[in-house]
Amino acid sequence: MPRRTMIEAIREAMDVMMSRDDDVVVFGEDVGYFGGVFRASQGLQAKYGKSRCFDTPISELGIVGAAVGMAAYGLKPCVEIQFADYMYPAYDQIVSEAARLRYRSNGQFTCPVVVRMPTGGGIFGGQTHSQSPEALFTHVCGIKTVVPSNPSDAKGLLIAAIEDPDPVIFLEPKRLYNGPFDGHHDRPVTPWSKHDLGEVAEGYYTVPLGRAAIRRQGEAVTILTYGTMVHVAESAAAETGIDAEIIDLRTLLPLDLDTIEASVKKTGRCVIVHEATLTSGFGAELCALVQTRCFYHLEAPIARVAGWDTPYPHAQEWDYFPGPARVSRALAETLEA
Amino acid sequence: MTDNAPLSLHVPEPAVRPGDTPDFSNIRIPRAGQVARPEVDVDAEAIRDLAFSVIRVLNRDGEAVGPWAGLLSDDELLEGLRHMMTLRAFDARMQMAQRQGKTSFYMQHMGEEAVSCAFRKALSPGDMNFPTYRQAGLLIAGGYSLVDMACQIYSNTHDPLKGRQLPVMYSSREHGFFSISGNLATQYIQAVGWAMASAIKNDTKIAVGWIGDGATAESDFHAALVFASTYRAPVVLNIVNNQWAISTFQGIARGGSGTFAARGLGFGIPALRVDGNDYLAVHAVAKWACERARRNLGPTLVEHVTYRVGAHSTSDDPAGYRPKTESEAWPLGDPVIRLKNHLIARGAWSEERHKQTEAEILDTVISAQKEAESFGTLHSEQRPSARDMFEGVFSQMPPHLRRQRQEAGV
Repeated sequence: MPRRTMIEAIREAMDVMMSRDDDVVVFGEDVGYFGGVFRASQGLQAKYGKSRCFDTPISELGIVGAAVGMAAYGLKPCVEIQFADYMYPAYDQIVSEAARLRYRSNGQFTCPVVVRMPTGGGIFGGQTHSQSPEALFTHVCGIKTVVPSNPSDAKGLLIAAIEDPDPVIFLEPKRLYNGPFDGHHDRPVTPWSKHDLGEVAEGYYTVPLGRAAIRRQGEAVTILTYGTMVHVAESAAAETGIDAEIIDLRTLLPLDLDTIEASVKKTGRCVIVHEATLTSGFGAELCALVQTRCFYHLEAPIARVAGWDTPYPHAQEWDYFPGPARVSRALAETLEA
Repeated sequence: MTDNAPLSLHVPEPAVRPGDTPDFSNIRIPRAGQVARPEVDVDAEAIRDLAFSVIRVLNRDGEAVGPWAGLLSDDELLEGLRHMMTLRAFDARMQMAQRQGKTSFYMQHMGEEAVSCAFRKALSPGDMNFPTYRQAGLLIAGGYSLVDMACQIYSNTHDPLKGRQLPVMYSSREHGFFSISGNLATQYIQAVGWAMASAIKNDTKIAVGWIGDGATAESDFHAALVFASTYRAPVVLNIVNNQWAISTFQGIARGGSGTFAARGLGFGIPALRVDGNDYLAVHAVAKWACERARRNLGPTLVEHVTYRVGAHSTSDDPAGYRPKTESEAWPLGDPVIRLKNHLIARGAWSEERHKQTEAEILDTVISAQKEAESFGTLHSEQRPSARDMFEGVFSQMPPHLRRQRQEAGV
């Protein structure tokens, strides 16, 4: 199987869907001729023409609002917000419109829109190129939220998202675009070509939304995580020698609760890891669900390792980013508890 | 150190407040027939003056005059009159029904009936409106069922939206009426997107966006104009300037801009102002703008100059912020009376027939209302199932919603 970076995998997903379905259109800032600031749509305009892949004015609400109108017509827009940090102007269109259209019109109008957004930190992106706003989406009824952690999943999940009849927020950890990142910023980056999950099947395939993947089987503790932190968690497990079961959630909503529940009931311990800030983050929902569903199987308090409750800083990148040392400490404490 | 006096903040105020004598002397109204009718492929630049004037067809004597006249037959005008009268009668009944506690909320159209009723007749099957909450004339003139409208307002067992939406937030794909949202202006950019989709698919359908004067201040208005301009989308962008956004007079949203239509000029979009209480003028301008869109000549911005005669909603009392008699002083009069007088002047109508029609329409509306009430009103036993509350959030119900539905015991 050929190896691909996550960017290439995402591009392939859009390419596959644009060729399979004339109703798929791709647009956003710098997405057309230039192929996107991260090159995710490179070549698509040349291949499919300007009416299928095009540049937009710098207006996030315009991008998502126009996509909602196109979806109401019957198209399947897959649009890009350049950085998740810049989705806020579009938030009204996402929350009040895209998410509610099917419900409020009793199915007369639907919104099969995918909004792709590069997310997450670890790249010295500072305050507005590093945020992880997933909790602002999982709290909204009517949208699905997806975060891939590797090229193979990214392609299959994006194809599934484009085919999905509901609006999907597709958060792409930009730190993983070119290679896996385990939080060891002082070591050279491994490219995806050296990683098994860099193997991406040709053509069409899907990874179904709403299903988690177990990245590492283990007996001692369950780690619930997604995105970049999957690799950080793997690194922490390897370094501590703790037999952790690592679950890559992949889709945050709808959530694969069955997989989570089975794992925590088996291990009796749970550590939740995400980059996003702690308070009211998605980890709080996970924590509440595990506590409710697995209370009598828990042998230790559920731990959360997350970004601090501060804006994402620049100089203090590695003091902020929840790297393998913090995850390892949480694992050890959870086992000792 | 500066020689200038201290700065001061300018906050626009309406000319008059409660207790004052209504004053519309600041509104410049040209004589009917005065504004030229350009070719539809005109450049925005060439018709800048149209954004500052008012296209009018009906003069004081009820005659249709000038280059925008002559598009509609007697029968079409009589149908238009009937639509406006139906909307007014429906409004009156629903307003009363709200006062009787049969529903929680209503918003009427008094004074603005011509705008949506006349515009609707310029559209073709398959075109899509993206309305606000004050364009029910699009439904009535499009032949939508009054019973379905009332059922939506009552949130009863026959409510097409299953009780999920606040009254008047209608939706009918079949009738080219996009689902209304409570969030202002959001539909304006969506209309542009829909029109872009039609162009992408090389279709022949066009979209129509609707917004009020107050909501033009929302960012979505700006985004819609940028996108419409950039992609030359086949869309007509209507601004219904009824002078009021709840208690806020239109000068707060308009600021120093002479008119709302003038906003289009900066985007290179041809902009017209029309007498919103003149059925013939609204229809003629609608035809013009729709033809531009259909011929792939791009978007048009249309400001409909009218007056919100009624309260903003059943939760509002305008006596708190404007003179009680202001609507009577409104210089563009009443759209129903003006069309009626025109038809009488044409020899196609009479006071007697008008009275008789009014009574017939009232009967029709009351019987529709009764039929709707047979399916329940808001606080009656007959209402949509609590199961319906959980349906339609997603295409398929995800596990967490199934669990919640079970927990709710429904």
